Amino acid sequence: MEIPYTVNTRPDTGLWNAKVGIWLFLASEVMLFGGLFSAYIFLRLDAEPGMWPHGLLNVPVGTMNTAILIASSVTVVLAWASLKMRRFWAYWWYMLITILCGITFLTVKLVYEWPQKFDHFGAFIKQEALEKYEPYLGNHHLEEKGLAPRREITGHLHNKAALSDPNIKEYDIALDPVNADPTNPANDRPHFLYQPSTDKIAKIEKEDVEYASMFEPRHSAYFASYFTITGLHGLHVLGGVIVFTYFWLPIGSKLYKRNPEHLANRVEVVGLFWHFVDLVWIFVFPLFYLL
Amino acid sequence: MDSSTSLETHHDTHHRAAAHEEHKLGWWRTYIFSTDHKMIGIQYGLCGLIFLFFGFSLMMLMRWQLAFPGQALPVIGNALGHLFGPGSMPDGKMTPEFYNSLGAMHGTIMIFLGIVPVAFAAFGNFVVPLQIGAPDMTFPKINAASFWAFGVGGVIMLTSFFVPGGAAKGGWTSYAPLSVVADTGPTFHPFWNGQTLWLFGFVFLITSSLLGAINFITTIIQLRAKGLTWMRLPFFVWTQFVTAFLLVLAFPPLEAAIIMQIMDRVAATSFFMPTGMIVNGAPLHISGGGSPLLWQHLFWFLGHPEVYVLILPAMGITAEILANNSRKPLWGYKSLVFSVLVLGFLSFIVWAHHMWLTGMGSTVSAFFQTTTLLISIPSVIILSAFFISLWGGSIRFNVPMLFATAFLPMFGIGGLTGIPLAFNSADLYLHDTYYVIAHFHYIVAPGTIFALFAGIYYWFPKATGRMMNEFWGKVHFWPSLICMNVIFLPMFLQGMLGMHRRWYDGGQGWNVAGETVWGQTGFQWNTWISSAAWIMGLAQIPFIINFFWSIRHGKKAKENPWDATTLEWTAPSPPPHGNFLSAPVAYRGPYEYSLPGRDVDFTMQSEPIQPTEHVRRTEPEPEPVHA
Repeated sequence: MEIPYTVNTRPDTGLWNAKVGIWLFLASEVMLFGGLFSAYIFLRLDAEPGMWPHGLLNVPVGTMNTAILIASSVTVVLAWASLKMRRFWAYWWYMLITILCGITFLTVKLVYEWPQKFDHFGAFIKQEALEKYEPYLGNHHLEEKGLAPRREITGHLHNKAALSDPNIKEYDIALDPVNADPTNPANDRPHFLYQPSTDKIAKIEKEDVEYASMFEPRHSAYFASYFTITGLHGLHVLGGVIVFTYFWLPIGSKLYKRNPEHLANRVEVVGLFWHFVDLVWIFVFPLFYLL
Repeated sequence: MDSSTSLETHHDTHHRAAAHEEHKLGWWRTYIFSTDHKMIGIQYGLCGLIFLFFGFSLMMLMRWQLAFPGQALPVIGNALGHLFGPGSMPDGKMTPEFYNSLGAMHGTIMIFLGIVPVAFAAFGNFVVPLQIGAPDMTFPKINAASFWAFGVGGVIMLTSFFVPGGAAKGGWTSYAPLSVVADTGPTFHPFWNGQTLWLFGFVFLITSSLLGAINFITTIIQLRAKGLTWMRLPFFVWTQFVTAFLLVLAFPPLEAAIIMQIMDRVAATSFFMPTGMIVNGAPLHISGGGSPLLWQHLFWFLGHPEVYVLILPAMGITAEILANNSRKPLWGYKSLVFSVLVLGFLSFIVWAHHMWLTGMGSTVSAFFQTTTLLISIPSVIILSAFFISLWGGSIRFNVPMLFATAFLPMFGIGGLTGIPLAFNSADLYLHDTYYVIAHFHYIVAPGTIFALFAGIYYWFPKATGRMMNEFWGKVHFWPSLICMNVIFLPMFLQGMLGMHRRWYDGGQGWNVAGETVWGQTGFQWNTWISSAAWIMGLAQIPFIINFFWSIRHGKKAKENPWDATTLEWTAPSPPPHGNFLSAPVAYRGPYEYSLPGRDVDFTMQSEPIQPTEHVRRTEPEPEPVHA
């Protein structure tokens, strides 16, 4: 006996095997990312005032990446539809575009967005020293307006050795615009457009700092969840790209000659996965970039 | 190749082709890197049994320390000290760190490397496709991948015993923040340390379970034989179906938690680390802002459904064997099916009853207390239906039946003693005492593990074509039953006396109060318990010998040695690659025993209904048979 319904549908369920399998897999993926997103909610609700950063990510770049992923979801459907209509070369081109979109997304993430964060610095000031750094924090101004206080000074770290060398007693920071001009009403709310650090230098003594690090996962609960969730999402994108590439290269696409419907089914299954990966990003983008 | 019509018309050629194909496969592809569900099931079973014995051995070591704290373990103590390295058992005396490692790894190995692989993966893989009349699982390669992911996870877990500092020590629940700060510091390798390896091992075990569970559900939905409608499925298939859903939906949140704990340990994040942590007198250099409670929620979101992952397959096995050996249809098939579905659903909303002492607040507690009590309803329905199934049957007490009937009171004791723990006021006292240990071990040890033994004795002839020895089976059964109870009953007493479950000295220091039950203090009961545990270890020897001896020398078995009714007994023993000589068709329910007006007291599912026959039907006519 051979395994039935690998390509054709079973009459009473109306499904072929892999389609059931992928939906179950996606159910488990929902629970996986659900666990991570609920951790995000838990940590954010628990965060003390001023300890959950805002406006540190580059919204235009994020928007572009969102558009790229959505576009690739469209092209993968077109690729599948082309196979259903038995137009192989249309499939080939649509699949190529999908793959390129995926690679672009990853490139933007890994070459631009993440390294830019790793190169940024933030220092959380001790409660008792907040007054001393008032010129950079502007908490009196914020209090008048009824806004959440600032506890962190961010910018470009000039003396990186200070991170590891206990003999260096202070951090030299080229301040971000918000700390350079904290009472400017334009800085009351986080910026949507990325602004580079100013040339205003601040010296922050280590003994006044509660915790300082580059914008790495260890920086805060915010960046911990940002890097974990986008990292896991990135791995999913990578997985999708690898499988797409396999079906695009002759090694996978030669199945078209033998059983085009089978190839169409395979592309449909990975396409469903790709839509899910897209959907996860639709949650990631507002949670980390906008809210 | 993929339509059912070819199955019917060309089965002979297919079988020949399949046999030919099997002939072509080399030794490695047949026995090691197999994609055949039966071989994968057997691989899972053997590995799982070895892990079960290994996990039990860890506990036998701990029982020495509990009964005779601080004394050198005779005979093997020094050798073990050398094997597990410095810091484990210097001069044969167990260190507290090693004791903690043994405790954590006993739980982890028994549950995730022992019972789940045997109860779910081994029996599910071997039996489910046969019972639904399928040639294999839907995704044979993914099935093999599942087994090998399990293998990698197991090897990582075992390796962790031999890295500097030894295996994970944070308990099988790995509660943060202890688990995040444990095994860190100058004497530990940043990656090759017990806790980090535990986490990475888990990633593989979770992957393995997910791949397996997806495969099971798809197989049951897609590959049921012609005429095998949902309400004609054997109860065992239903339990595996629900179990697979529990694994698919409950394991990923734990995977998320594991990823976060890996980040906490490797990338110094603070997912589970609160602000202002002080360790060894110095503040930790971390950002803080995390929540230890988050770990507990995510862990128990898996942890509680996991309990039902352990028990549901056992119930399924018991159901098959009870019906077969009482020669009666299973009582209340429909209520059993719906109970198991309700059980599956409710198991997702009871998890926080493991966390009464965390101070979640009375509203949350009241909710979880209610759902926890609700979940006892379907459990009681299932157990009652099993007991009623025995009523008026002409019972055959063969070895599988002995184990299956022993399951009923043992699971009953385990279940009923859980009710005080469901009330948060009673749990304040009982939490983290030996009472809890006794409660859940009654469910999984004399409960689930007995059902697993029952299943092994029952399906052994299908897997090997030979029977296991009845006499030695009984020599295995009776001492095991007695020892199980001598081990776990006194633990209820110890718990009610207030003995804490994680004490390294067996409660010797606490014993000064000198309160006694039946003339023995809580500490003195340890001697009885430990002796029974070691005797139970000896009682497994007849089983091990019987198991391996019977593979070659057991009495030869025909297709259907137990006079059973379900489809797996229509296949040859052992079934060839592709399982059935012709595609099976189901015409009736799974438990048609003792039909009136028949020469034999069993009627197989594959037997067509005669026009004159008066049948107990589970489905209305006409037959819902698809083309």
